[in-house]
Amino acid sequence: MSWRELPIGGMILEPGNSIARRTGEWRVFRPVIDQDACTRCLVCWMYCPDGVIRVVDTPYRTSKGRLWSFTLEIDYEHCKGCGICAEECPVNAIAMVEEVK
Amino acid sequence: MQVLEGYVKQVRVMLNSNYAVAYAVRDVDVDVIAAYPITPQTGVVEKLAEMIANGELDAEMIHVESEHSALSAIIGASAAGARVFTATSSQGLEYMHEVLHIASGMRLPLVMSVATRALSAPINIWCDYSDLMNVRDSSWITFIASTAQEVYDTIVEAYMVAEDPRILLPVIVAYDGFWMSHTYEPLYVAEDKSYVRTLVPRRDRVKLDPQKPVTMGALVGPDWYYEIKYQQVAAMSEAYEAIREYDRVIGRAFGRFYEPVEAYKMDDAEIAILTYGGIYGSLVEAVDRLRGEGYKVGAIRLRLWRPFPVDDIVRVARGVSKLLVVDRAISYGASIAGPVALEVIASLHRAGLDLDVVSYVAGIGGRPVTESDFEGMFKLALKLGRRAREIGTIYWGVRGVSYD
Ligand code: SF4
Ligand code: SF4
Repeated sequence: MSWRELPIGGMILEPGNSIARRTGEWRVFRPVIDQDACTRCLVCWMYCPDGVIRVVDTPYRTSKGRLWSFTLEIDYEHCKGCGICAEECPVNAIAMVEEVK
Repeated sequence: MQVLEGYVKQVRVMLNSNYAVAYAVRDVDVDVIAAYPITPQTGVVEKLAEMIANGELDAEMIHVESEHSALSAIIGASAAGARVFTATSSQGLEYMHEVLHIASGMRLPLVMSVATRALSAPINIWCDYSDLMNVRDSSWITFIASTAQEVYDTIVEAYMVAEDPRILLPVIVAYDGFWMSHTYEPLYVAEDKSYVRTLVPRRDRVKLDPQKPVTMGALVGPDWYYEIKYQQVAAMSEAYEAIREYDRVIGRAFGRFYEPVEAYKMDDAEIAILTYGGIYGSLVEAVDRLRGEGYKVGAIRLRLWRPFPVDDIVRVARGVSKLLVVDRAISYGASIAGPVALEVIASLHRAGLDLDVVSYVAGIGGRPVTESDFEGMFKLALKLGRRAREIGTIYWGVRGVSYD
């Protein structure tokens, strides 16, 4: 593609295409949720600046036998590893683990 | 009322250049205006506010707290598809500086008038071209008018150029602060403004539309930024041909034909003096006086500053042995301190012409440049001969500086 074919002024003409950009590749530390310790308060879900913490309908039974009707999952294709979720989690259920390449 | 033979009906009115801008902005039916008051531009937006209040113009006037915001506001309005306008001078233009680049980079067809004025410090509200020359690399097409008539015509032309789908670059129309902004001249304006609107039809372009979302001004990395900037290079050079076309459209409509470079008594001239803006009238007078003394001298006026009309300069200057370029701005520390002189030298260099170009700086901070000044510059250049090249730039009229 040359300068002629590019949209004028670098405009993005296709809406919603930021999903195609895998920002997860920038990550140095990976947030890992301890599903046993997590109280499903959704603070991390609210704070994540990239909106990549998802509430999924998968039930989860903790080791102590408590049954949650949903689980929190991180979209690692787009999580940048900023660590805000780990910082905000009131019960320290998120660990930042170094990515090993 | 006066009717020019064969052209659209026009009314003869007395206007200063600020009001000539406002009349043209009204006649092309601008939708959104945002501006911040600054001397000597203020008359432009005062008149426009009056026109909106009187119902002569149906536009939104956005009152903003700075020039940075004025330009930002019309960028937003233009991105949403509106036809927009702003006006400024001096510090206001400098305050817009970063936004100037955003406007052109986003390829928005904005039009702005600049009543040129010196820059602080020391504070000086009078005319020179330091403000305009400072923004020359911001990718705005730039005209410099020399009469109120030309200001009116060029504002209309500016919308044709800016909104042309081949171009889509913002346009500045500049003219002398005070010498023109506050001086009344007789000029013709269209009797029926709806006729002017047919000259500048609304054209389709990509805009912000919730039904068809686009992103403008997004981040672009090293992999594509250069290509997008090259689009601007190409648009700027294509603008030249488009401007020539619209010069003819204006000519056929109003009976006034403009050229990027205007020549006076150049046919047999051996020496020429080039300048721009309102002092061109005095230059023409000076040329007549010098002709009376037997000198074969001609006058050249630069009307188009960006894109720079290289070929036109070469064509008019080809026959002369000496060319004086009178700038009203200083490029501090430059090889040649006159910004236009520098461009003229580069243009001649490209054509392989090696004539004596004498760079003069004059009229700084509103100091008058009269017929006698031009005569004096002419005679000094003759006296200095080739030595003018070694001097580089002659600072005309500075107390304590002499070149004898
Ligand atoms: S590390 Fe940052 S981006 Fe990733 S899930 Fe946590 S808050 Fe979101
Ligand atoms: S903030 Fe911590 S406890 Fe709350 S939902 Fe997120 S991981 Fe679970």
